[in-house]
Amino acid sequence: MIHSRSRRSRVALAVAGGGLALALVAACGGTTKDSAPEADTGAGNEKVADPNAPIKEGLKIAFLPKEIDNPYENIVDAGGIAAVEELGGEGKEVGPSDASASSQVSYINTLVQQNQDAIVIAANDPNAVAPALKEAMAKDIAVVSYDSDAAPDARQVFVNQANSEDIGRTQIKMISEQIGGKGKIAILSATPNATNQNTWIDFMKDELTKPEYADIELVKVAYGDDDDQKSFQETQALLQSIPDLKGIVSPTTVGISAAARYISSSPYKGKVALTGLGTPNQMRQFIKDGTVEEFALWDPEQLGYLAGYAAAALASGQITGAEGEVLKAGELGERTIGKDGEIILGPPTTFNADNIDKYDF
Amino acid sequence: MRDKVFRWETVLLVLCAAVFVFGSTSTPGFAEADNISFLLLDYTEVALLAMALLAIILTGQIDLSVASILGFCSALTGALWNAGMSFETIVPIVLLAGVVLGSVNAGLIVKFGLPALAVTIGTLGLYRGLAYVALGDGAVTGFPANYRPLATDTVPGTFLPYPTLLVIVVGLLAALVVHFTPVGRSLYAIGLGEQTARFSGIRVQRLKFVLYLVSGLLCAIASLIYTLRYNSARADNAYGMELIAVAAVLLGGVSIFGGRGTVVGVASALLLMAGLRNVLFLNDVTNEIQNVINGMLLIISVLVPVVATLLQRRRRPAPAAAADPAHPDPDPVSVPDPVGVSHGSPEEDQR
Repeated sequence: MIHSRSRRSRVALAVAGGGLALALVAACGGTTKDSAPEADTGAGNEKVADPNAPIKEGLKIAFLPKEIDNPYENIVDAGGIAAVEELGGEGKEVGPSDASASSQVSYINTLVQQNQDAIVIAANDPNAVAPALKEAMAKDIAVVSYDSDAAPDARQVFVNQANSEDIGRTQIKMISEQIGGKGKIAILSATPNATNQNTWIDFMKDELTKPEYADIELVKVAYGDDDDQKSFQETQALLQSIPDLKGIVSPTTVGISAAARYISSSPYKGKVALTGLGTPNQMRQFIKDGTVEEFALWDPEQLGYLAGYAAAALASGQITGAEGEVLKAGELGERTIGKDGEIILGPPTTFNADNIDKYDF
Repeated sequence: MRDKVFRWETVLLVLCAAVFVFGSTSTPGFAEADNISFLLLDYTEVALLAMALLAIILTGQIDLSVASILGFCSALTGALWNAGMSFETIVPIVLLAGVVLGSVNAGLIVKFGLPALAVTIGTLGLYRGLAYVALGDGAVTGFPANYRPLATDTVPGTFLPYPTLLVIVVGLLAALVVHFTPVGRSLYAIGLGEQTARFSGIRVQRLKFVLYLVSGLLCAIASLIYTLRYNSARADNAYGMELIAVAAVLLGGVSIFGGRGTVVGVASALLLMAGLRNVLFLNDVTNEIQNVINGMLLIISVLVPVVATLLQRRRRPAPAAAADPAHPDPDPVSVPDPVGVSHGSPEEDQR
């Protein structure tokens, strides 16, 4: 044993020493983050858009969501496939069953191999999918991202659900109407470092500085961690700790439905307003029983529809993704392509007792 | 027993051929060089992990932390790259890190005599956690374009990607060591009976220790390929890949209880899984169905030898097993143990 142990430590020493020596040698000069040669950015987009080009017949367009079992993205893709079929093409939805960073890459390569005309993707990892998407573009396949963007040089167009500013400001307008423009409000968010929610909350705070909201006071931002039970308990805590609270804004679908469930069965029902971002199916019963007056969300079906039209227009040469081009998007009308190939769906849709039965998602 | 092993590999090779023939005749886009390269490339990391696991499983041990070591090494690459270190410096550090993580496994298993399953389930969580500590849940990108082709491009003039070349070299080395050296024969001996092996003068402890070190090193190499291939270093890279690698090893006819299996078997299993996955993808078969197919393949792979043994026994004068053909005796005490039907004594399982 002693013999073998000393031998082992000698091996370890040799490995460590060798590694260290290599490291030292390599440390003098080498490829670092700052000196790394930039990847070839492609030959530039020399294609010219022809706004009057007809949509090609029989386009094959594939939708690649973050995860195939995500009901929200299934609705988006259904809208997209409807758009493709409206244009006489063939749409399909494929995707991984886990939302891990690189599982989409196999799908992209498969779609390239299947000679699809366009790929519409909600990227799990903007960088991991980039090399595969660039290869697809090199083979003349149009690439559109939606919902969650890929690296900007790895797609031609990004269809954004709504801009963050609209989403933030709309929610303050709604809560202000519901509490009569006066009183204390609180926010029930997801996690403290959720990027989307924090951006929206910043815009909400900014909106509150306007003179018409001078009588509204934001007293607390609570975090339900996008966990149903925690959000439920946080709602309870908010209402008990702030007796004169007039309204709660919850910019997350998990938070708003948990809060609505608590309020609907508590004495606060009808006294405390609740609004935010939710899906009609989750919120229908609370709209009907009067717990919630109005809430907002973008229409996922329209998001997919717009992405489908963008993909078809790209594949047919109507647009190239350059700023200022105009995309004709069927029943949605026209959208102008913004900076970095971004197309915005529009202000969020608000749902209330009058229109909620028209939506099923 | 020898010819039975041979037969399972033949089955695998025939299945492989069937998949590739089916693919090239019925699936447009399958038999193109681009697609074959991609198919091979997509299984690079799994193949490296499987080679590491092959030797370990042959001795009757297991290492479930392989994908987590890969994840940690990838996260470390990202963190160091972010810190401005040169890529040439990062490579040896990451390889060393893989060896260190492997040696932690080895130390716990060999020095303290703890069960490999428990230790590596622990380090599976531990190393993945450390990966998040190193990099958080962000992603690092922008790795040097002069090295990335090594992980993505093919050898000029062929459809073989460079990483596949590496896999072939590692596979050949593994085959050489496992099948043609005393060390390789020791692995089988340990797998068949550790005590016996020890009393025969095989340095069991040292050999096991080295196996885990090599495993860590291979995982680190796989992590570098993975990171460069996707141009993305993340803590959740290769999440869950250990199960695919273990499945490939078992499908290759290696007994989970050690002592039986060949490199050719594992290589054919890898090729079969990669080819099947690609064909199914091209035919728009969903991931769920693919999992079902892979799961069934795995079960068949462990079932076939057992059933074959049972049938063989039935043909001989054995009236005992004639009771119910649909339900073979759940406790086949007297079945010889080429595939580990019986679990051995409880003490053996605890090891």
